[in-house]
Amino acid sequence: MSTAWTILVLVVALGISWRFLGSYMEAVYERRVNWLGFIERPIYRICGIDDQLEQGWRRYATSLVVFSGVAMGFTYLILRLQGHLGLNPLHQHGVTPALAFNTSVSFVTNTNWQNYSGETTMSFFSQMIALASQMFISASVGIAVAVGLVRGLKRQHSKTIGNFWVDLTRGILYILIPIAFVASIIFVAQGAVDTLSGSVFIHNPLDGFKQLILLGPIASMEAIKELGTNGGGFFNANGAHPFENPTGLTNILSIYLILLIPVGLTYTFGKMVGSIKQGLALLAAMAIFFFSFMAIGLAAEQHTTAAVAKAGITHSASGNMVGKESRFGASSSVLYNVTSTQTSTGSVNSSMDSYTPIGGLTAMGGMMLGEVTPGGVGSGLYTILLFAIVTVFVGGLMVGRTPEYLGKKIQAREVKLAAIGVLVMPITVLVATGIAVSISQGRAGVLNPGPHGFSEILYAFTSQGNNNGSAFAGLSSNTAFYNVAGAIVMLIGRFGVILPALALGGALAEKGVVAPSLGTFRTDSILFCGLLVGVILIIGGLTFFPALSLGPLAEQLSHGRLF
Amino acid sequence: MLLIPLKRSLIMMVIFAVICGVIYPLAALGLAQGTFKYQANGSITRYGSALIGQNFTGSSWFHGRPDPYNPSSSGGSNLGPNSKVLYNKTKALIAFYKSRGITPTQSLVVNSGSGLDPDISVNAAYAQAASVARARGLSTSQVDQLVKSEIVGRQFGFLGSPFVNVLALNVALSKTK
Repeated sequence: MSTAWTILVLVVALGISWRFLGSYMEAVYERRVNWLGFIERPIYRICGIDDQLEQGWRRYATSLVVFSGVAMGFTYLILRLQGHLGLNPLHQHGVTPALAFNTSVSFVTNTNWQNYSGETTMSFFSQMIALASQMFISASVGIAVAVGLVRGLKRQHSKTIGNFWVDLTRGILYILIPIAFVASIIFVAQGAVDTLSGSVFIHNPLDGFKQLILLGPIASMEAIKELGTNGGGFFNANGAHPFENPTGLTNILSIYLILLIPVGLTYTFGKMVGSIKQGLALLAAMAIFFFSFMAIGLAAEQHTTAAVAKAGITHSASGNMVGKESRFGASSSVLYNVTSTQTSTGSVNSSMDSYTPIGGLTAMGGMMLGEVTPGGVGSGLYTILLFAIVTVFVGGLMVGRTPEYLGKKIQAREVKLAAIGVLVMPITVLVATGIAVSISQGRAGVLNPGPHGFSEILYAFTSQGNNNGSAFAGLSSNTAFYNVAGAIVMLIGRFGVILPALALGGALAEKGVVAPSLGTFRTDSILFCGLLVGVILIIGGLTFFPALSLGPLAEQLSHGRLF
Repeated sequence: MLLIPLKRSLIMMVIFAVICGVIYPLAALGLAQGTFKYQANGSITRYGSALIGQNFTGSSWFHGRPDPYNPSSSGGSNLGPNSKVLYNKTKALIAFYKSRGITPTQSLVVNSGSGLDPDISVNAAYAQAASVARARGLSTSQVDQLVKSEIVGRQFGFLGSPFVNVLALNVALSKTK
């Protein structure tokens, strides 16, 4: 009952922000909002950017790739040198090269896969300046790509899709910082820590218990970690840690922040192309998947796991509590984790590795569909638009007609680009998983034997290939193999989709709009929404079904056998 | 061709590192320290942090989750649903509580997600009441009453799960004669 209320409140709050934040974001990227011009203009001046000059897709993409490369180098250097940079009350040493490489790629690609424990690895300098600042930047880059693609759909006979530098700057200044700032204060009010002192030692007079409690600049990072669908925790325990996510209120706030921008961008899209219903059709497809996964996950976690049941706790009113916090209980844990895995966020408030097989499957399944349900900030929208192109192509094949999307003729070039963008992730994930299970360096990291061990590896590459960052954390992945392989998979998963998406935006911008005729397949209809759901399900579901049957499905069907 | 974006990227990276990595967190931190000082510094009382669990042992205290309670190494056990290790650990903990005359509920015998869970379920507190009362020479109804007064309900009536904070309960217990 309380879970139903939680979901209802979330849906109402998201409905309101979908309308108003969505509309605001459209105004931000169409440059009608300028209240931070006094900060914005000097930035362009210092960087030598003519903000009135627009870029074609190639220049837009070049700027994006070069900037991301610089961001990786910057992050890498700080992590390596953190021992000498100050703000280091716990005296952390420089991060090792392989781990620094993996981590810098991870934060720049908006993945936030963490092969380290924050509390024993990162200085406050690294947490704030290297990692938390990338949470803003990588999120804004994601939205910029989506906006670039949507401009391509909107414009006619245009050689340009916007200015990357302007889109990047405006996303950070006008959207991410103001919302994150307000949210961080709510986190603190509820008990999240925000200080520059490193630790406090306590000695309980009751029983003599001693404890060194670690502190840090946590709340400000927590807000952007959720809002930017980043997911990288200050602590190893991430959103399960009481200093990151102290109460039921911060738990629902986290879920709301995660969904805020990905959901709102469907309105932004609709407004930009001149029909809110077009955005609503995409949102409906996202919601169908989101709520299906949520329902399955909630049902699965109401039961204790096979191991706990065999040990003697066959029935528990609280469901599966292994790896879950008492203040959340099973249901609020599932709400958080399913939301974060469907949005390429990857933060967790409970141990994914200890979920029931089907509970873990819902998290993995959400990622395997390509992170479009609703996906990460920007990445969710541009990826589902690629699926939409494939969908109208499939629809066109059925009736033997040249497909159109929003009045743009979809021809061979567009279909090829969309197909590349949609298929690059499954291919990368499956090949990497195949390699990892075939070599001893890959199998060495597994904590749980049997099918669950396979799930740990599959989950790791699915998560990284989709720039999610969630983990079956039993896998010991701070090894040379996993650091390097993971970084490559994250890079392909990010830029292998961004580049086709921008190229598609460029191709579409050059085209004129053809007037809809009687035979036009309407893309704001229930029929289109259904077909889109089918296409996403077939591509994601069929490519991954064999792999899933070796992992979570085998585990579920093992009739309580222990491994 | 790449030189201009490279130069711009370098400058912009530094600007945003300052805005997002220095100004934003310090402004939030300053406001937090000014308005919610107690929370922003870890909710520390003379007994410890209200939010970080402690490892209570012995039969005269209420026990929390079977967590390591080491803040320098947060996280769950990550044992899988069909794990033999999880089975053995859980079985041993059930036997431990049974030997004290307690029928444990699940949250007393399985690890949390943070390894620092300060709370247990309401039933987990009631399950220990009789045993704690016996060890302290109090009446069971007295301790039951204490547990009842320490129940933290769902926030706004629907958020999260009801729980009992183990430290708060034990502090209250230490003041009960």
